[in-house]
Amino acid sequence: MIEFCHVTAGYGGVPAVRDVSLHIPRGKITAVIGPNGCGKTTLLRAAVRQLPLSGGEILMDGRSVSDYGRKEFARAASFMPQVRTVPSITVGGLVAHGRFPHLGLSRQLRQADRAAVERAMEETGVSAWAGRDLRELSGGERQRVYLAMALAQETEVIFLDEPTTYLDLGRQFEVLGLIRTLNSRGKTIVMVLHDLAQALGYSHQTVLLEQGRLVLCAGAETLYESGEIDRVFGVRACRAGETWYFTPR
Amino acid sequence: MTLLAAALCAAALLSLRCGSQNIPLGELLKALRQGDPDDAVLRIVLYVRIPRTLAGGLAGCALALAGALIQAVLNNAMASPNIIGVNAGAGFAAMLAGVLAPGAAGMMSLAAFLGALGTALFIYILAVKAGLSRTTLILAGIAVNSMLTAGSNALTLLDPDTAIGATAFMLGGFNGVALSSVRSAGVYLAAGALLAFFLASDLDVLRLGEESAAGLGLHVGRTRFLAILAAALLAGAAVSFSGLLGFVGLLVPHMARRLIGGDNRWLLPAAALMGGSFVLLCDVASRLLFAPFELPVGIVMSLLGGPFFLYLLLHHKRGRVYD
Repeated sequence: MIEFCHVTAGYGGVPAVRDVSLHIPRGKITAVIGPNGCGKTTLLRAAVRQLPLSGGEILMDGRSVSDYGRKEFARAASFMPQVRTVPSITVGGLVAHGRFPHLGLSRQLRQADRAAVERAMEETGVSAWAGRDLRELSGGERQRVYLAMALAQETEVIFLDEPTTYLDLGRQFEVLGLIRTLNSRGKTIVMVLHDLAQALGYSHQTVLLEQGRLVLCAGAETLYESGEIDRVFGVRACRAGETWYFTPR
Repeated sequence: MTLLAAALCAAALLSLRCGSQNIPLGELLKALRQGDPDDAVLRIVLYVRIPRTLAGGLAGCALALAGALIQAVLNNAMASPNIIGVNAGAGFAAMLAGVLAPGAAGMMSLAAFLGALGTALFIYILAVKAGLSRTTLILAGIAVNSMLTAGSNALTLLDPDTAIGATAFMLGGFNGVALSSVRSAGVYLAAGALLAFFLASDLDVLRLGEESAAGLGLHVGRTRFLAILAAALLAGAAVSFSGLLGFVGLLVPHMARRLIGGDNRWLLPAAALMGGSFVLLCDVASRLLFAPFELPVGIVMSLLGGPFFLYLLLHHKRGRVYD
């Protein structure tokens, strides 16, 4: 559904991602991993048009993402950045902002918009907090609310930049479980993850980057057998049944 | 909101009534109904009180709205038209006009307006070149502000003749304001206010942060530009007939946020209403405190505003309303 064709992008003329080509399949979870500064976030930001490409092209459903209108694109793909300002706003108010790309000039929510907001809050289990201030919530709770907002946007694809960072381990698994549920209901997910075990365990395919270049884009099994994770991160990958762990080399 | 509107009306009535000569409301109404051109009361009301009340109310609304807009754009509760140099730009331009074309009264208002607009646009362009982060925008504003203030001070030293008028302008006030100068600023005020209310929902989306807002399909740069334009229209127009009123643009949006919360669709109109009331009440106080002598309203506002701002600073950490 999304095609990266020889994508080069970066900041101030210095490319952080070079000549990356890969395919993101519809209805699957794709995880992006790599050492710090390898261009994971850059790749994601390029995909959601927040960074102009200096080379190549990114196609979504066969159309270059730069050809989409701003709101048209926001109706097709939602994006949850890693660092967010936390305004003083009610949970219900925040989730309702997810409808922004669907609103007309008057910016008024219609019946269908309200229904979408309610659905999104139910699916993520945040309905009970609707009237609470976002700032009173814990990190894990906030993350669910932001996921609810992305869901209210009713897009086919959701891009997530490190959705588990800053959470304690239990909350990390909760958020990943929620992401898996959303995927099982048809959402295509592309997420940057810091944790290798989570990336391998919770994705259908994993994109491994090193110094801005694509090393491999494959399923966990293939990636494991290639030995590339061991080489890039300087670790030894081990598998224990369905899960993965890593030891120093 | 209704309460705030009522407060503004009450403040306006108080402003019509009180002064070096108190006019009870009954007498005021009678004078207006009779319409006798030789009536001293009617003359005071028509040529002094009404222009002054209009000017005070409108300037307060406009400056508070401009402050709320600038705080929304910069996503920074400590910003205001004084800080990003919009007021200083207006002041410098007005003083320059005073030096180059002394005596041309209309020139000064026009120059003040253009100065505000020019400064705001200049800072906006500077920040675009530097990447439009809100910290850069504030820093650019502070730099420009200090340059313009230095320019104004240099003008005062080089051409002392303008110094007297300039001091009154720098302090701000509505003493002897003419209806005509308020009227000529009216178009800008109306345009700025309309634009501000049209932008309110988009500014709410911007509160989520640049990246989130862009992810929702908001044209972040254009929204910021339009909000700055609206703020400059409002602040420039207000400064053109009231001089440099310091604290309104910083204080009133804070008070409104305490009362209403951060939602711009409610915050913007609330700030406008409260700004009008605040300035009118300060103006009444400036007339009454040392009657029959009058303090410039800017002084009264700063005396009241300073302690209140310090109070806000001290309670900042506890107040969860601030972004």
